[in-house]
Amino acid sequence: MEERPLDPAPTIGVPRVAERAVPVPRWQQAVREVRHRLESGLPVLLITPSVIAVLIFVYGFIGWTVYISMTRWNDVLPDYTFVGLRNYIGLFQTPRFQADIRNVVVFTALFLLGAIVVGFFAALLLDQRVKGETFFRSVFLFPMAISFIVTGIAWQWLFNPQTGINLLLKYAGYSGPLPRWFTDPTIMFGVKVGAIQVGIPVALIPVVIAATWQLSGFTMAMYLAGLRGIPEELREAARVDGASEWQIYRHVILPLLRPVTLSALIVLGHISLKIFDLTVAMTGSGPGFATDMPAYFMFETTFRGNHFAQGAAIATLMLLLVAALIIPYLRYSLSRETEL
Amino acid sequence: MKVGRAWIYMALLVLTVFYLLPVYVLLLTGLKSFAEADLTRMWNWPTQPSLAAFAKAWEKLSPNFMNSVYLVIPATLISSFIGSINGYVLARWRFRGSEILFPAILFGMFIPYQSILIPLVRFLQSIGLYGSIPGLILVHVVYGIPITSLIFRNYYASIPGELVEAAKIDGASLLGIYRWVMLPLSQPGFAVVAIWQFTQIWNDFLFAVTVTNKPAQQPITVALQNLAGSQIIEWNVQMAGALLAALPTLLVYVFLGRFFLRGLLAGALKG
Repeated sequence: MEERPLDPAPTIGVPRVAERAVPVPRWQQAVREVRHRLESGLPVLLITPSVIAVLIFVYGFIGWTVYISMTRWNDVLPDYTFVGLRNYIGLFQTPRFQADIRNVVVFTALFLLGAIVVGFFAALLLDQRVKGETFFRSVFLFPMAISFIVTGIAWQWLFNPQTGINLLLKYAGYSGPLPRWFTDPTIMFGVKVGAIQVGIPVALIPVVIAATWQLSGFTMAMYLAGLRGIPEELREAARVDGASEWQIYRHVILPLLRPVTLSALIVLGHISLKIFDLTVAMTGSGPGFATDMPAYFMFETTFRGNHFAQGAAIATLMLLLVAALIIPYLRYSLSRETEL
Repeated sequence: MKVGRAWIYMALLVLTVFYLLPVYVLLLTGLKSFAEADLTRMWNWPTQPSLAAFAKAWEKLSPNFMNSVYLVIPATLISSFIGSINGYVLARWRFRGSEILFPAILFGMFIPYQSILIPLVRFLQSIGLYGSIPGLILVHVVYGIPITSLIFRNYYASIPGELVEAAKIDGASLLGIYRWVMLPLSQPGFAVVAIWQFTQIWNDFLFAVTVTNKPAQQPITVALQNLAGSQIIEWNVQMAGALLAALPTLLVYVFLGRFFLRGLLAGALKG
């Protein structure tokens, strides 16, 4: 704490002294009382409109959606007949939804891996006192400013099997069978479960690359901030103890960056579970629903197919998935905040 | 060690190529004529670079581009202002329930919006704002409350308490403190929040595609997606259109990048 001159204390007491000296008329006391009440109630008053909005638009609407998901409203006109979990049971029996669950899990796992690895690697490079750091940092981060739709259009062009990267492969003299990218219906390591093959859909890989391109700048920025926050003395001390640069990274830096990794996983993870725009722009449902996602299924079944109850059931399951990730994180980060 | 440095720069160069490649391809194709923008000559330079594709893309997309402008400006201003008031209250005042209120508001920025879409559309239809830009403004203002309140709360929490105490002693009321102490110090906070909201709202697709149904009312992201799905694919026009759609947020990023980064990191709850 910096030292600052003490405020001249007497000013606090002055008005009270004056109050006592001259008797205040009763009506003025009443006015003061009302004003005081207003003042203490004002913070609550100021934030009330927002609280009401959040209560209605977030919690109220979620409740409404959950309710819709348990009705028979699978046509244009609302039908609020209660049917329990029938829509959910129906969903889990639908091959498309089974594929969606596989896709969103595989996509999230691969994308998180890609974003963490690329972002960490970029941050490590930038932490080596390189020339032009600001330039490189800006280049790695700019995709964050672009919409998923634009990203999808650009990468769709690049992964178009008839051109783009395949054309470069041909130029490079590659003569084997060219990858079919997002038109490939193959499921790698596929094991038949229910109506679908559980494994890694090949068509998802271009989508993972595009998403990594768009969001790895975020992990880069977080890791770089984390690296910069590690005091030089720590590395110095390890060096004095005879640790190699590699050992310093392995045993000093990496453990200290664990909270950064956790934050990045949660923030990118919840984006990934909700992924919608990117697949819409890039691949749609893909061959045999190989790149279909719950968010896209929800959109199509609700707003194109008018199966509102089924759409609400997908939405509710998505919410549960995201809540399982976010609620522990909110508790963790807010409890740490109050400790500080 | 010399060799090591060279490897570092090599790796940085590879990454730079990876990040710039899509933009290069958009630009390259956008500068071509319809005849030249075909699959077999994708990587070739245009023989006669021209802006014709950009002009055509603008002709097709400009009404939607303007829709996005009319959407993003009021929505950004209103939600920044609301966020500032909420952030001030949440940072400076403790009242009964305030420690539960904050995470309850924050939760709203993580939810999949699919879980509120059906009621939202019904609600907008019932108040007559469905399918309109004002309807979208309302949506973005409401669902912007969590993130704008969070950024402002963290920002105001960093303003020294002594300033507020001094103003209180001078007899300033709650609103007086906000008006004369907090607001004048708020510019960096407003910059971070406004840039964040601008980028989010400009780039939004989910709300845009569900809340607006008529092409004349649709924001740029939806129009661009529809352009890509049309019958004959004019690759040059599509790529030029994608660049036009990305331009406003790219400009903001280039000129105000440091505020952008702060908003980004605030989204990770770190402030």
